[in-house]
Amino acid sequence: MLKKGQFKNAVKMNNIEKYFGHTAALKGVNFGVGANEVVGLIGDNGAGKSTLIKIITGVFPPTKGELYIRDKKVSLRDYNVKQAYKLGIETVYQDKSLGEKQDLWRNFFIGRQITNRFGFIKVREEKEIAQKIMFDIIGFRGAGITAESKANKLSGGERQGIAIGRAMYFDAELIILDEPTSALSLKEVHKVLNFVRKIKDSGRACIYISHILSDVYEISDKFIILDRGKVVATIKKSEVTLKKLSEFMLKYAHAK
Amino acid sequence: MKYLKVSIAKLVKIEGLPIILVYFVLMVVFIITATKVFTGYRIYMSFLQTVPPLLILALGLTFVITAGEMDLSFSAIIAFSGFIFCYIFRTFGTPWLAFILALSSGALVGLINGWMVAKVGIPSIMATLAAQFFWNGLTILLSGGLSWNIKEIRPYFIHTLFVGRIGGIVPAQSLWGVGVAVFLWFILNRHTFGEHILFIGDNVDVARVMGVNVTATKIKLFVFMGVISAFAGILLTLEMINFWTTQGAGLLLPTIAAVFIGGTSLAGGYGTVIGSFFGAYIVGSLEAGVVASGIGGYWTRLVTGLVMAASVSLNIILSREKGKGLRERIKESVFIKNL
Repeated sequence: MLKKGQFKNAVKMNNIEKYFGHTAALKGVNFGVGANEVVGLIGDNGAGKSTLIKIITGVFPPTKGELYIRDKKVSLRDYNVKQAYKLGIETVYQDKSLGEKQDLWRNFFIGRQITNRFGFIKVREEKEIAQKIMFDIIGFRGAGITAESKANKLSGGERQGIAIGRAMYFDAELIILDEPTSALSLKEVHKVLNFVRKIKDSGRACIYISHILSDVYEISDKFIILDRGKVVATIKKSEVTLKKLSEFMLKYAHAK
Repeated sequence: MKYLKVSIAKLVKIEGLPIILVYFVLMVVFIITATKVFTGYRIYMSFLQTVPPLLILALGLTFVITAGEMDLSFSAIIAFSGFIFCYIFRTFGTPWLAFILALSSGALVGLINGWMVAKVGIPSIMATLAAQFFWNGLTILLSGGLSWNIKEIRPYFIHTLFVGRIGGIVPAQSLWGVGVAVFLWFILNRHTFGEHILFIGDNVDVARVMGVNVTATKIKLFVFMGVISAFAGILLTLEMINFWTTQGAGLLLPTIAAVFIGGTSLAGGYGTVIGSFFGAYIVGSLEAGVVASGIGGYWTRLVTGLVMAASVSLNIILSREKGKGLRERIKESVFIKNL
């Protein structure tokens, strides 16, 4: 299953700036994620992590700067979520992954439905694939939940499972996990961390965002620390211990 | 007991079932209280004649409410598009040009609504309330406050096609109502447009990050509502062979009531076309039913209020029961094996 990308960096940002009105969310951000690298993105609330992620996933464009996906420069005007899907970028958001009242099969394919040429959804096909993802990739068992269940019938862990299964099915080159463990039990956190290791083993890239430093430290190759819209440090795992990393982070927390 | 529970859970899953039951209960009540009227076919033909504009509006509004938005301007669109239809027909004598321009006028109003809501960011209830006043005012200005008769349209094919009597009895507009309902059921439940509406109403942030173009979809939604309203307006104008400046005003609240009676969620993210279909027929038949029952026309609104409260409660109670049973089943049987 080992996959070799024909590119050096899954994502690279050059001097990215993002303003909301007059407020700067990101100021001159430079960073890269290698083709087979797990990057831990850390920073306090309001540091700009979510903004950064949303630029990579095409939710909104940056105000200024250059964005490279798979070493190719992206035209910022045309870049959007659908483009990001095509370039193999999948995201698991903390709490924005699933439409609560919608069937699970809809949740798997929202934004990239399988349709005929008039835009009508091929429901049977979508349901079959969704069912397959749930059983084969995620490993749902038991009678209670099918592809036709509503998302609000699932526990937090199961929801994250669905979102992760979706990312796996669409065969991403870069998987972004935004606080994936915040609503999970210990056992479920363990599963998510294992999933990140699988991403690494299969030759893909991952950006992992979490407040829980020990988790981030355990699975990342590299740490990028954001503070108030700036990258303040890029540290390789070999250069730092968990203790030092925590102390370093605390310094920034106190600096506020 | 267990089998009963399971079969109830299955039945509840049928879209719009509670409201279909309410409808038939109501009909049975009317058959009992006004036997003479409700065992003849005339009263039903009269429903088939008067309800379709309300029905078509309710179907469109179902989409808007499912998206978590509201439209209060459709009553003005009915008047405005009716006026455009009459004006073009009387000026040029071409009914199909009148038809197309009337639909376009609805689309234009919808486009402006959508622009205000999706681009400028005005809450839809405010934007469309302002639009209601504006377009109604413009209609009154343009028409000089007069009602316009267009009885010359009777011999034209467009009149037969939309509001003729099939076999001399069944009003054609009732079939158009059914046709629009079937078509829109597929759009809401089987088309990407409908799915995007569902997700936007459910959680607009999820929709956005999952790749739904929220702005474009909302603009399309209001244009769609505008065209639907204009179509309802044309049906009404054709049926009455008359345009008058307040012709949509009486439809505003009944349409909203029909959608809620049908079971569409005010919170967004869930909408039922079948529910709105029966909701519209319930609202549309209450007045005639109440009057025919002999308790007097003054009671109509009171009964409408009761029926609405009962239907909405029924929908909520039934969906709550369903949730409980499922949640327990899930707790017992499901867990994640390996990620």
